[in-house]
Amino acid sequence: MTAVTAGTAGSAGTAGGAGTIGAADAAAVEAAAHEAVFDAAVAADERIEPRDWMPEAYRASLVRQIAQHAHSEIIGMQPEANWITRAPSLRRKAILMAKVQDEAGHGLYLYSAAETLGTSRDELLDKLHSGRQKYSSIFNYPTLTWADVGAIGWLVDGAAITNQVPLCRCSYGPYARAMVRVCKEESFHQRQGYEALLALSNGTEAQHAMAQDAVNRWWWPSLMMFGPPDDESTHTAQAMAWKIKRHSNDELRQRFVDIAAPQADALGLTLPDPDLRWNEERGHYDFGPIDWTEFWDVLKGNGPCNDQRLSKRRQAHEDGAWVREAAAAHAEKHTGGNNGKAQA
Amino acid sequence: MSTPDTSGSATAAVPVGAALALADDALVLSHRLGEWAGSAPVLEEEVALANIALDLLGQARVLLSLVGDEDELAYLREERSFRNVQLVEQPNGDFAHTIARQLYFSTYQHLLYARLASGDGPFAGLAAKAVKEVAYHRDHAEHWTLRLGDGTPESHERMSRACEALWRYTGELFQPVEGLDVDHAALESAWLESVADVLGRATLAVPSGPRTGAWSAGAGRQGLHTEPFGRMLAEMQHLHRSHPGASW
Repeated sequence: MTAVTAGTAGSAGTAGGAGTIGAADAAAVEAAAHEAVFDAAVAADERIEPRDWMPEAYRASLVRQIAQHAHSEIIGMQPEANWITRAPSLRRKAILMAKVQDEAGHGLYLYSAAETLGTSRDELLDKLHSGRQKYSSIFNYPTLTWADVGAIGWLVDGAAITNQVPLCRCSYGPYARAMVRVCKEESFHQRQGYEALLALSNGTEAQHAMAQDAVNRWWWPSLMMFGPPDDESTHTAQAMAWKIKRHSNDELRQRFVDIAAPQADALGLTLPDPDLRWNEERGHYDFGPIDWTEFWDVLKGNGPCNDQRLSKRRQAHEDGAWVREAAAAHAEKHTGGNNGKAQA
Repeated sequence: MSTPDTSGSATAAVPVGAALALADDALVLSHRLGEWAGSAPVLEEEVALANIALDLLGQARVLLSLVGDEDELAYLREERSFRNVQLVEQPNGDFAHTIARQLYFSTYQHLLYARLASGDGPFAGLAAKAVKEVAYHRDHAEHWTLRLGDGTPESHERMSRACEALWRYTGELFQPVEGLDVDHAALESAWLESVADVLGRATLAVPSGPRTGAWSAGAGRQGLHTEPFGRMLAEMQHLHRSHPGASW
């Protein structure tokens, strides 16, 4: 899509040169023209770029989604970082550190994508810390054993990939491009999780039991990661019309179950759902009802780790304030200011 | 197990004590840096600290594998068998302490690896690769020392305290290690010059206190460690030790 205006805050007040109509009318005509160009670009599967005109609601919806995604990456570091210092072999330790590092990197790409929409990282972090923006509820569950690291990789990252691969075709260019990079790394995360669980499942009796216990705890929360059922999802219809989202929550959830069920068999582990079975007629796996009461409860802040995760995040931010201030002061003294984001 | 196998002909050329000294420095510092995950002051530092930790872990794995099984050596040795200097086992403290520890250690490691890389000893290959990684670690530490030392009054004060607190662990770095063919006295004077230069540019004073603690210099290399190290190892080793013989 070609740039219509370079503004980021809409086109009001840019009318000029129209002799016979008033400025307000001219602005309305211009807005309608912009909207038509935008709609045509979305319909033609073209990418919307930062300098293109876009409806304010589209911008707001993207910021909300990208911010939630970025926050999920950085909060999501916590449950796995919980096991870095206890990883049972040096190989596993290296893999886990690299994975947690990737998540920080994903946070960086995503906050940068949000910045292209005119919203700074500081502003978004402030909203996260004050509870005004959410992160994925999955990270409000605890990692109790080493096997949880494997289960997160296999199930949580597996669900994330199912959600995120279609986002590589999202209508907003910077988000789509960030997702291409994120998805490449997520697929490594998913494989390492599967492989770690396989080693446990084929290991000693205690290791096998550890793996099964972790899968029992992570299965249902992973299915909830796709969000509420389609008829209760408030954002889905508009997001699909704008081609931010390409598939509904229920479609993606079914896709994930269809992939995970045979993988569980290959792992020699069972999924904790007595209703899970292949349905020849539908060509999909049937699965049991999801406990949405738990989902809404965790979302409201009553999950096992909501307070812990947010407190730790706030603490890290507060503890780091003097460091960020020092970097900003140093940059100010020596380069005339480069906003404190100096990096070696 | 307590001592690595030294009988195999493939490892005969590698001096075990020296390999363990280098490996344990890297292993232990990597572990400490890994403790930062999720708590760094800014997202870029999550990436940078993890990057340094991963480089060090990679070096440790190569070195341990030269003289035995990497996991047996990392997870089944007792505290007294570890040969790392005490500097690297010191707790992270605030970000200033972590950076001071990085400045002191990476300056030493960079000078040491540059010398090892230019020789033809058993560590020349590893050192040639590692010296490039460590050059970045040193650069990272230097830049943060400059920012913190010459940042705000608070950061200056914190960095100053951190440099002083860790100063007493720096003498040990230059204790000769059997099997490392390096002129430790020359290494020490180059280190002092380099660190003094960075501190000076950071508007920080070179600490004036002793460069050894109550233990005699070289204590870590001889297996004498500080209190926090036992706790660190307990955390690092407990899962591996809880499942004897298991594969992961």
